[in-house]
Parts: sequence; C-alpha cells; structure tokens
Amino acid sequence: MRFKNFPTFQPYNLTTIFKIKTMTPLETEIVSLKKELISMWMLVQSQMNKAKEAMVTFDKDLAREVLIKEKRVNSFELKIDRDCENIFALHCPVAIDLRFLLAALKINTNLERIGDIASGIAFYVVESTENFGMKSLESTSLLRMYDEAVNILIDTRIAFEKEDTALARSIFKRDEVLDEINENAPIAVAEIIKEDINNIPEALYILSILRKLERVGDQSKNIAEEIIFYVEAKILKHMDSGKRKIEGE
Amino acid sequence: MENTVVSATKFNAWFGDNHVVKDVSINIEKNQCVAVMGPSGCGKTTFLRCINRMHELIPGATAKGSLKLYSDEVYTMNPIYVRYKIGMVFQRPNPFPNLSIYDNVIAGYKLNGLKVAKADLDNIVQKSLTSAALWNEVKDSLHKKGTFLSGGQQQRLCIARAIAMEPEVILFDEPTSALDPISTSSVEQLFHELKEKYTLIIVTHNMQQAARVSDKTAFFYVGELVEFDDTKQMFTAPKDVRTQNYITGRFS
Repeated sequence: MRFKNFPTFQPYNLTTIFKIKTMTPLETEIVSLKKELISMWMLVQSQMNKAKEAMVTFDKDLAREVLIKEKRVNSFELKIDRDCENIFALHCPVAIDLRFLLAALKINTNLERIGDIASGIAFYVVESTENFGMKSLESTSLLRMYDEAVNILIDTRIAFEKEDTALARSIFKRDEVLDEINENAPIAVAEIIKEDINNIPEALYILSILRKLERVGDQSKNIAEEIIFYVEAKILKHMDSGKRKIEGE
Repeated sequence: MENTVVSATKFNAWFGDNHVVKDVSINIEKNQCVAVMGPSGCGKTTFLRCINRMHELIPGATAKGSLKLYSDEVYTMNPIYVRYKIGMVFQRPNPFPNLSIYDNVIAGYKLNGLKVAKADLDNIVQKSLTSAALWNEVKDSLHKKGTFLSGGQQQRLCIARAIAMEPEVILFDEPTSALDPISTSSVEQLFHELKEKYTLIIVTHNMQQAARVSDKTAFFYVGELVEFDDTKQMFTAPKDVRTQNYITGRFS
C-alpha cells in the first residue's frame, strides 16, 4: 500500500484526470512529455522489429531505412531532454512530478541506446556480404532472444503507460532469460565455426548481435527500475535479485 | 527528546466554536528551521500564534492540550516571559514608526521597563543588527526612523528587534510575502545564519521557500497536522497523498 489514506493514486492516467478536474499547466506538460516518450518508445520498437526483419530476410534496403530513422530517435532524445529542462526551469516540480521527470530523463537515455542497438544490428546487415543462415540463427537461440528482447521492451512500455509496477517487476526475471542465452552463446557460436571455418564472419556478427540483445534486456531493466522509482518512490538500483525481491514486494 | 525546544501534545485551539487546530502533536528540535505549510484556513498561523500565546489575545479564542517550551508548559508561564523567549516576525514589516532604528531594536527592553546600561544597549543594537545582516547598511543612520528603510530592510529590522531579546525560538508568519525577490533572498539567507543560534518556525505559502530554507516541514490541513518530516523527504516522496496533492498543486 502506497499511501495511508487512499488506496490508489494515478496522477498521469488521462481518463482519471479528465474525470476529476482540469489539469494544471504542469500536469499538461507532464502528460504531453509522457506521450512523447511513448512515441519514441514505439519508434524504437519499430526500429528493433525492422532490424530483425532485415537480418532474417537479409534486406539491405530495410537495414538502411533503420540507419536513416536512427536520426529520428536521436531527435526525440534531444527534444525530450529539452522539454524536461524547460519543465524543471518553469514549474519547479516536486514529489511524484519530480520523480517522473528524473525517470523520464533516464528512460529517454535508455531508449536512445536501444535505438543505437537497432541501428547497430542494421549496420551489420548492410556490412555483411552473405546472409545469416537460419540454422545458425536458431542454433544460437538468436531469434528466440530477439523476440524476448522486443517483448520485454513492449511490456516495459505498457508498464510505463499504465504505471503498472507489478509488470515492471516481472521484467527483472525475464532479463535473466536473455542473460542465460548470452552466457551460452560462445559455445553455440564456436560450433558454427567448427562446422566450417568460412562461417567466421557470420559467427562473429551473430555473437555481436547476441551481445547487443543482452544490452536491450539491461536497458529495459533500468527502465523498469525507473518506473518503480517514479510510481512508488522506491530505489531498486544496484540491488541483488534477492534483496530486490524483498524491497520490491 | 533532549534537543526538543517546542513540543505540542494533542494541542487544540478554537475561535469560539470554530475548532481550528485539532489534536496537533509535534516535537521541534533546537537549531532547526521548520517550515509550516498548508492551504489558507488550515490552522497553521493559529498554531504559530499559540506557541507564543498571541492566540489568546483574540476575544473568544481558546486552547487546550499541552504546549511546552523545553519542559515548561507555555500556558502556565507568564505570557510576557513566553514572548521574551519566543519572538515573532510578521507578514508585513512593522517597525515602530515613531522610533529610530536604534530604539526599534531595543524596543523590547524599553517597553518592558528593563534597565540596561547605555554601553550594553549599544552592544545589543550592534549585535542584533549584525545578526540580522543589517548593521553595515544602517550603522551610519541608527537614529533615523525605521520607516525610512526599504521593505526588506524593515523586515530585517523586525528580525533584529526579535533577536535583541535573545529568544530561544523565533516565529515567522509569512515573513517574505510582502517583499520583492531580492529582499526575499536576503531574508532567506538570514534564516540559514539564524538557525545556528535559534530555532526557527516559519509559516509560508511559498513552497519553494519552504524547500529552500527548512530542515523539516509540517503540512497542516483542516486543522490537522497531516505530515511532519524532513523537508527532503516531503518534497521528493511525501508519505500522505494529501501532502502530495498539495505540493504538486493538485489540491481540489
């Protein structure tokens, strides 16, 4: 239970706000900042999906599109940074507003980094001379890892939109799946090389992509921590998983 | 508890039938700057005025419960002595218009008929004006009327007048609401220096001021003390939703 007197408090839930009263100027700014972050999130999600499709179908044009759209992700980052700066300067936010803005700044950075990861994967597709074999993608669990990484990113966005800290907490466990695949990756990659020495470039690209996907999990976990910080004022950063469980629940 | 200067336990105050302070319990420690905030009519100024027994000066006003200065009950002490020990500065600067700056500072001694040697009075004036960060500005015009000073200087003169009696606690009732930003800033700077020697209790509507100057903040709502905590905690993660709604401007 978060507060003594009222069971729930969802300040940025649009429906609740419109039902109760007109928004204050700060609320209006924060709601529009939240919308902007969600738009950036959708773009980053689409970048990840397109990079995957480009990788599987070896579609270099699609990969180039991802590289071009990376500039839009960067523009979002700059715009959101500037909006946060303006809100700090003009509205002096406190309490949940302050926590939301601090979280928004960090989520913004994390999303931009996931955008970089998507464009990094697209860059490998553009650079690679041969397509990645489906067998290699499956033996290294890369496709499974990719799907899980994108699903984690989507669920983190839903947790952010709905201020659902239970969903945010579930991300910590799911990130461990990505870590596990990443840990086992060198063995699977070595097998690809053993099969044929000419597979080395492909194997190295696959290993790099696996490493990048593991970073997507880490970034999503950081975002989940920020969601919990802003909704519940709890800091779960740098806690081992056992302690995090006790603190979080 | 040893450091507690002002403590209230289940303290209540009324204006006739109007119950304006309800069961307030609070401990204020030595050399702390405590901000008291809340919407208009929430009882914060009444509570402040009870601390140095100014509340009872209003016809029909009554109070009940325990309110202590250290271990002494304020309501059984001599009210004159209470006001020596608990000074007060008001919203609008109110130096005595017909007295000089010098006489304004020592007004507490003069009005109470306390006999103090001239050299000691000079010393008190210099010390008080220095503590109120006003000495350098007025040392050459001590015998001019206090009302010739600017608003910010007049307010600091009132603070010097309170300090001259060497109180334990100084109460401030919206001390900067009638001042411009520069004077406000100099008075706020003064709070940081004053809390080295005194305990300060400040009623303010300016939440940013409460955040800037206080160590602890109390939030009052409809006569109740809703939350009293470290200012940092109150302005980052308040525990009560009413505090959160108030400080984020969502109060309806």
